[in-house]
Amino acid sequence: MFTDLQRNFSNALLDPDHVVPSGVTARTAAATERFAIYRNNVIVGLVGALRSRFPAVEKIVGVDYFAAVARVFVSGHPPRSPVLLEYGDDFAAFLERFEPAREIPYLPDVARIESARVRAYHAADDTACDASGLVSVAPDRLPATRLILRDAVAVVRSVHPVVTIWAMNSGERPVEEIVNWAGECALIVRPGRDVVVRQIDGGAASFIAALRRGESLGVAVESALADDTDFNTTQAVADLFAHHLVASIETDTAGSIQ
Amino acid sequence: MTGLPRAAGATFKTEHFSDIRAARQPVGFFEVHAENYMGAGGSAHAELASLRDDYALSIHGVGLSIGSAGPLDREHLARVKALCARHEPDSFSEHLAWSTHDSAYFNDLLPLPYTEETLARVIAHVDEVQTALGRRMLLENPATYVVFAESDIPETVFLEEIARRTGCGLLLDVNNVFVSAVNHQTDARAYLSAFPLERVGEIHLAGHDEAEDANGDKVLIDAHGSPVSDPVWTLYTEVIARTGPVPTLVEWDNDVPSWEVLKREARLAQAVLDAAERKAA
Repeated sequence: MFTDLQRNFSNALLDPDHVVPSGVTARTAAATERFAIYRNNVIVGLVGALRSRFPAVEKIVGVDYFAAVARVFVSGHPPRSPVLLEYGDDFAAFLERFEPAREIPYLPDVARIESARVRAYHAADDTACDASGLVSVAPDRLPATRLILRDAVAVVRSVHPVVTIWAMNSGERPVEEIVNWAGECALIVRPGRDVVVRQIDGGAASFIAALRRGESLGVAVESALADDTDFNTTQAVADLFAHHLVASIETDTAGSIQ
Repeated sequence: MTGLPRAAGATFKTEHFSDIRAARQPVGFFEVHAENYMGAGGSAHAELASLRDDYALSIHGVGLSIGSAGPLDREHLARVKALCARHEPDSFSEHLAWSTHDSAYFNDLLPLPYTEETLARVIAHVDEVQTALGRRMLLENPATYVVFAESDIPETVFLEEIARRTGCGLLLDVNNVFVSAVNHQTDARAYLSAFPLERVGEIHLAGHDEAEDANGDKVLIDAHGSPVSDPVWTLYTEVIARTGPVPTLVEWDNDVPSWEVLKREARLAQAVLDAAERKAA
């Protein structure tokens, strides 16, 4: 009975056409009117969680449009966990499929940057290792070696100038006309306490994205070369360490170094 | 009853961190929502650890869904346990409410009927939480907008039974008492007379929003986005006159003002506690 009541209550929360569960009453007002307060709290609260996670998306589409889109998302995708820091991980994918938002084709990629920024903000407090562990690896074993990236590191690749668009809508740079409309890739990192979004080229983005997926150095290099025939492996590896992105090095046989 | 000092505390909001750290603040403790600190690392935990060095800490959960008809989310309970192990709060509290059904989380504190069936369920959940955490918890009275036809136990009796049978303490939210009383046209003072004050380990104060329903009756929303209202201050003063000083939190979660404004609210609560102390002396 208790279970049935909560099921009915839950169904009615996200669906305004669903009748108010029987047994829910109010002493002074109509039960529907009072039940609407819970409906509103749930929707407004979850829309608010998305607003705080996707401020640049909201800036681009405007407060009202964002609220309308977020309401649709919330009704169909309520959080699966009480940890709302993670809520909206699938908002970018939703925007991609959401017909009315298609006229702003770069919106999902801006959302991907914002998603990654929040994940990076809450990522583990790991430390970077230096490149010395690579020196002892025999050259023929380098391709099978894995560079384990720090928890915060993420890459967003886009056919739109998404780093510029994100920066203009986050107060990082002035809003002006984008003359050279070309694809951009974003690297999201957290060197200390603050999350940083940097533009990187396509080869580096493919390389880091492959490492992030857990691929070996050899596979990551192939992936980068497929994207950019001029990809410079030595430089790319040096950059990873120079920017403190690597947490540890795993060779193909032994465990991790450092 | 808890390790919290019998003083006024304030909600901790990350935007206040540098103002709070600039000087010793006239508050006895800070309180945070557990679920905002469930990332692996970063600034959130660093700030909490820093505050913890100088102030008592209360961790207040909003996601355990203790009033669920179904089983507790064990994964979430494990997160709460890890958080308590990491920051060693002086108090952990949760709500007499539910927020999750079939793994959908509604991010709101939803009401439940008060019957023998629901009482048994809540008692089992509170037992499970206290066993998992290895500590006594406080359970908070809710603000509600509806009632249930099947409820046959008064809320005060329901809470007292839970406390008596699980050994948990109670968190008395005076704003919630006022909000529910106005919404259901009942008497807040009668509720507080019946409330088992000897089991109260912490008091919450907060602001509410005011609206009118279709009949022209006043309806209050527990919004945590404004100063504590005058009638709530009056009820609080009456409660403290009966209990003596109790750890008291001023909550502010939406439309967060400057630290100065929140601090002023905490000082008002401290003045009430100081007056009770003087009277007792």
